[in-house]
Amino acid sequence: MPDTGQDRPTLGDSLAARGISRRSLLKYAGYLAGLMALPPMASRAMAEALAGAGRQSVIWLSFQECTGCVESLTRSFSPTIEDMIFNLISLDYSETLMAASGTAAEEARLAAMEANKGKFILVVDGSVSTRDDGIYSTNAGKTNLAVLKETAAEAAAVISVGTCAAFGGIPAARPNPTGAVPVSEIVTDKPVVNISGCPPIPDAIAGTIAYFITFGKLPELDHLNRPRAFFGDSIHDRCYRRPYYDKGLFAKSFDDEGARNGWCLYEVGCKGPVTYNACATLKWNGGVSFPIQSGHGCLGCSEPGFWDQGGFYKPLSASVMGNNAVLGGAAAAGLVAGAASVAMARRRRAAAMAAASKPGETK
Amino acid sequence: MTVMGMSLLDFARGPAINTAMAVFVLGVLWRLVSLLGLPRSVDRSRPKAGVPSAPMAALAGIWRHMGTPRGFGPMSMFQVFNGWIFHVGLAVIVFGFAQHMLFLKGLFGLSWPVLPTSVITLAAYVTLASLVAALVRRMTHPVLRLLSTGNDYVSWLVTVLPVVTGLLAVSHLGARYETLLALHILSIALLLVWFPFGKLMHAFLVFITRAETGMTYARRGVKT
Ligand code: SF4
Repeated sequence: MPDTGQDRPTLGDSLAARGISRRSLLKYAGYLAGLMALPPMASRAMAEALAGAGRQSVIWLSFQECTGCVESLTRSFSPTIEDMIFNLISLDYSETLMAASGTAAEEARLAAMEANKGKFILVVDGSVSTRDDGIYSTNAGKTNLAVLKETAAEAAAVISVGTCAAFGGIPAARPNPTGAVPVSEIVTDKPVVNISGCPPIPDAIAGTIAYFITFGKLPELDHLNRPRAFFGDSIHDRCYRRPYYDKGLFAKSFDDEGARNGWCLYEVGCKGPVTYNACATLKWNGGVSFPIQSGHGCLGCSEPGFWDQGGFYKPLSASVMGNNAVLGGAAAAGLVAGAASVAMARRRRAAAMAAASKPGETK
Repeated sequence: MTVMGMSLLDFARGPAINTAMAVFVLGVLWRLVSLLGLPRSVDRSRPKAGVPSAPMAALAGIWRHMGTPRGFGPMSMFQVFNGWIFHVGLAVIVFGFAQHMLFLKGLFGLSWPVLPTSVITLAAYVTLASLVAALVRRMTHPVLRLLSTGNDYVSWLVTVLPVVTGLLAVSHLGARYETLLALHILSIALLLVWFPFGKLMHAFLVFITRAETGMTYARRGVKT
């Protein structure tokens, strides 16, 4: 019998069955609401909605990706959060995590689609190959492109997890041999939320799903369709090394005095000023650290085209094109143009002097 | 914001600034070579006795124009003084700000110590005020106003825009930082393109004309 979600236990029941108290659900809801800067009352509403809700059906499709996003989610440091995420949702189809394989797996996807038509959330990680009708990335004999179109047609909303799904990511980096595009370029008729990052912060995924379950709509998004709650501030705005930036104190290499003193990493290529993500506040591995704290500049992984920004170790203010040939050419052209106008002037002068009856006032 | 499929910042940091630099180099060399290569008339008059050598006279000419000669009114004093303020201010901003030094280092491979952002910001406000004062004087002074052409106003504008957009970018005012940074870089591109063909070219020519004037004056025995 297809699982319609109606007769599933509520999230509250299933948590209770696993010995997770209402109190910890409240705490978790409070945590998520806090992350998303929701008003204080929202955390209770969220806890209630989550406890009463049937688990949200989720179909997870993986395309041109490295599985880092799923790893980020499943290996998130705090086991309770990871548990919570998987209690929030009913992961009806995920090639990476499901036990079924082959025809059985494909059937599970179709059955879940059928049962939750118009209600399931489609999560995608990885970009979509489009060149030559998408034949460069296929699964069970179907191209990613075809599976995405077929599945998205029945989804309530689509969440692109990771920079590949959100913006094309590494598969779309120059020269983009597979014609990789973000999910939002294929799915244009329904909301697509981008939770970018390479990988994205797990709390951002959980928070967005929890918000959807609680309020029945998507959270507020920025101009790149990322939840503002997690992508509203730049890394630079929240960076604890910012005072050094403002003082003009920069590490010039990764092992100099400045680096040891924890100075700003702008000169060694930090892209924090143009990168919007929550790494500097939520951090990684259960709040232990994030790249800048570990001594490396931000790569800008949650921004479109981050792989092609002219080099991870090139300062943001440096120009980004091999320009010596162009400049050399321009210099040569300038010299030639100058020499030509000099020759013209001299020729005109010589002609004028020859025409003059009394030559030799000037030489 | 995207241009030709890339973000505005990528466009500014890539094609825009690189094209502008190429135009700048081309234009400056073109103008310098065509000016310096022009046939020169020879002064056949006999120089006054005891005049300094040509190089000394040239240096004296450059030096003399750095200030206002005695006897000029306060408004002239103001003009020269104000000119000094924004020229020095611009130099402090261009060479003292770490981000600018890194841009130049990327081009020429040279680096030097830089000043704190607060000092640069102060210098930028002073420079901005000084540039505005220069414009007000240009527009209100009866003679200067008549002497001014579109070239003067465009040259003023392309000088002021980088200062304004730079201040906005540093203080994150008005738009997202990457947009402001892109606008700042685009304003520099505009300045570079205008530079060789407008009055900003004085940066290269000023010393040549002052040296020339100095030599002519000396030959004629002008005393200062
Ligand atoms: S390390 Fe990066 S994000 Fe932090 S202050 Fe420096 S430039 Fe900004």
